[in-house]
Amino acid sequence: MTTLTDPPRESFRLSMLIYDTRYRSLTIQVVALIGFMALAAWLVSNTANNLADLGKEPSFAFLNEPASYDINQRLIEYTSRDSHWRAAGVGLLNTLLVAVLGCITATILGVVIGVLRLSNNWLVAKIMTVYVEMFRNVPVLLWIVFTMAILIETLPAPRAFRGDNPEASMLLGDSVAVTNRGVYIPEILFSRSLGNVDFFGFFNVSLDLIAIGAVLIAGILISKLITRRANVIQAATGDRPVTWYKRLGVICIPTLLVLWILGYHLGYPELKGFNFSGGTHLRNSLIALWLALSVYTAAFIAEIVRAGIMSVSKGQSEAASALGLSSRRTMNLVILPQALRVIIPPMISNYLNLTKNSSLAIAVGYMDITGTLGGITMNQTGRELESILLLMLIYLTISLSISAVMNWYNNSVKLVER
Amino acid sequence: MSNIEFVRTEMLPEKEPPASTVGPIGWMRENLFNGIWNSIITVLFVLAIVWTVLSLLGWGIQPTWNAKSLSECREIIAATGYTGHSGACWGVINDRWLQLLYGFYPLDANLLSAVSGASAAEILADPRAHVATPIVMILGYWRLNLAIILLFVGLAPVLIERAPRKLLIVTVLFPFIDVWLMWGGSIWGPAMAFVGFVLGYFAFKILAPIAGTLIAVIMSAVVPIIWWLFLSGSAASIFAGSPIDLTLEPVSSRQFGGFFLSISIGVVAILGSLPLGIVLALGRQSDLFIVKALCVGFIEFIRGVPLITLLFVANNLLNIFMPPGTNFDVILRVMIMVTLFAAAYMAEVVRGGLAALPKGQYEAADALGLDYWKAQRLIIMPQALKISIPGIVSTFIGVFKDTTLVSIISLMDPIGLSNAIRANQEWNGIVWELYAFIALLFFVVCFSMSRYSMFLERKLQTGHK
Repeated sequence: MTTLTDPPRESFRLSMLIYDTRYRSLTIQVVALIGFMALAAWLVSNTANNLADLGKEPSFAFLNEPASYDINQRLIEYTSRDSHWRAAGVGLLNTLLVAVLGCITATILGVVIGVLRLSNNWLVAKIMTVYVEMFRNVPVLLWIVFTMAILIETLPAPRAFRGDNPEASMLLGDSVAVTNRGVYIPEILFSRSLGNVDFFGFFNVSLDLIAIGAVLIAGILISKLITRRANVIQAATGDRPVTWYKRLGVICIPTLLVLWILGYHLGYPELKGFNFSGGTHLRNSLIALWLALSVYTAAFIAEIVRAGIMSVSKGQSEAASALGLSSRRTMNLVILPQALRVIIPPMISNYLNLTKNSSLAIAVGYMDITGTLGGITMNQTGRELESILLLMLIYLTISLSISAVMNWYNNSVKLVER
Repeated sequence: MSNIEFVRTEMLPEKEPPASTVGPIGWMRENLFNGIWNSIITVLFVLAIVWTVLSLLGWGIQPTWNAKSLSECREIIAATGYTGHSGACWGVINDRWLQLLYGFYPLDANLLSAVSGASAAEILADPRAHVATPIVMILGYWRLNLAIILLFVGLAPVLIERAPRKLLIVTVLFPFIDVWLMWGGSIWGPAMAFVGFVLGYFAFKILAPIAGTLIAVIMSAVVPIIWWLFLSGSAASIFAGSPIDLTLEPVSSRQFGGFFLSISIGVVAILGSLPLGIVLALGRQSDLFIVKALCVGFIEFIRGVPLITLLFVANNLLNIFMPPGTNFDVILRVMIMVTLFAAAYMAEVVRGGLAALPKGQYEAADALGLDYWKAQRLIIMPQALKISIPGIVSTFIGVFKDTTLVSIISLMDPIGLSNAIRANQEWNGIVWELYAFIALLFFVVCFSMSRYSMFLERKLQTGHK
């Protein structure tokens, strides 16, 4: 007769913390935690000691003091009597402005170049290769200062527009002036404006823009509904109703109507004395940064797009043409949805890179958040610790928000595997 | 009637393919002029290229190499009767290329005066008046040149398969010798730092059989730290008095600059970020919750902020974080921050490689009874790193390009120097020549790196694609 016996009970020995895999991971984690906390405590105590020696009590109160410096390119009202907070806000908006503009143009340019690199015209493909290699292998900071130099050195000065027989003339029917002080474009004005709405006393948003935006979004939603209904009809009958004019109509007609009601007109820039007045003035710093970031990031996006398109196997497009799909529908329904899955994740990190690279604005004097909070505010107040911490926190928030939004989008187009 | 039936009994000889489908003409029809649109586009692009090249040549081919100032350039160009918008002024490159390469690093005037016969003071005033320029470059900056040569010799056994294995000695030693060559001072400082690593190695070798791997690893870290903190300084000062003391003239970090500064920051960041990035990637993939959380936090934080803010930290804050009274070198601070920055990106690249490995590889390693480190070293890492070569190299290229950002915290890298040169009275107004020269420097290095990575990828390709 056999009896089952319990295995001998091991008593816990101290050496098991190191040699027993059951406990070792715990040991390592505790050691890591203690090490990290010791390091953090050491750094914090050093910082506290040093700041006490310097007589700087860490506090964010300096942000309420008047900034007393000017910011020339701004989206919201700002004067030098406003607080550092507001200056930082202007800078943040400037960062977001150039990041959004840059992402849009970089995407368009990058997609075009990426597709052209696959062109069956040898010359075009080679030129695009040269473009990509040229921009990818030279630092972005160099491209930024280079673009700034091009704008300042090669464009005509405002006085070249003067006189009866001027050296330079305005473009697009006297509406756009490209000068070495920046580009003057028409501004959008409303003769029957609804006025502004005040947000927390911090910035004003024009009600007109809100109204137009709302009508546009509503139009786009209705157009989506029309597409969905067309899909349903196609699934049921096999015939796809022609919808493009309906969709165009629901987006355009209400928007145009609202514009007419609000009394939309353009304010053109005019040469007054030695400079242009009226219109919207895009400064060189903004344009240089925007252009340089766009062409630089476009080189990376082009490679991503190329890789994405090449990743869709040839059998897919052959199968689509075997099914009788037109080349446009093959692209829209077969190739792009599969290529996008490969394209989107690296695209997210390129958008993030562009946003982070926009901090190089400081090299051309564009007042973004690094130029205001991390530049003049920091140097004026001597509050390095607080300024840099806040600056990092803001960038971290922007980065994490962009990646959250884009990851959400990525998940929505991702292949659902069973 | 005669029989007119005819059956050919032998094959006709093959005819040449039509001239329009082979050779250059066939190629052009195939690749440049297939279809009306393609032909139009080809013609337009050819015209654009010809126009660009011609105007660039017209601008660039100017006899201005020996000009001493921008106004002299303009006189020379006006004398040639050139009618274009403006001509290139290459005199600025001729005048300043040594500075753009080496910054304000002090010339070895004694060596140059021994070569030329002019006195050291004359050499310092205008070296190129007394010595031929290539010799100024080679001998005047021999310390930096030697450091670069050692770097390449040290990297050779890593990068080139056929390089002699004995060069690995240089690979181990060159970081210490290069530090000595660049910053000068007594050789015993770097030597004692090296002794610390040797001590750590022996601590591991001796303790591993006696006390087990974990304790040996810990002690191999503790022993060198004790050595560096408490003993190496006094040992170095004892040896410094000894007869075999090699001392170079010390150079302060503020004198570093030019492309050499970019290279040294880039090399440190590249060499440091790879091991650090691998450790971080392993930490992020680890089962240990706290280790994983720390690694994720570090990686996401660094990747979420621009490098320029980290450089602000290096410039303004790092001294505040250290014990009162510490004041370490600004270049060292920048190197630390750029390395940490690159390591976070490297960690994500390596993590991609780890995630791309089939799960079977991990399970096979477990089935063979390998422990964690052996499995990583023998099975996982060789494959994961091979997969991630393109990402690793593009991170290297990115870091190298990002070294230009140090010009914003007023270090004299090529872009910082170009601003200084443009502020100079003689060259005030110069733009394109300087930027073209700097762009060329960076392009050559980055392009070679990317081509090497493609070569490596092909060489290591073992899959069946």
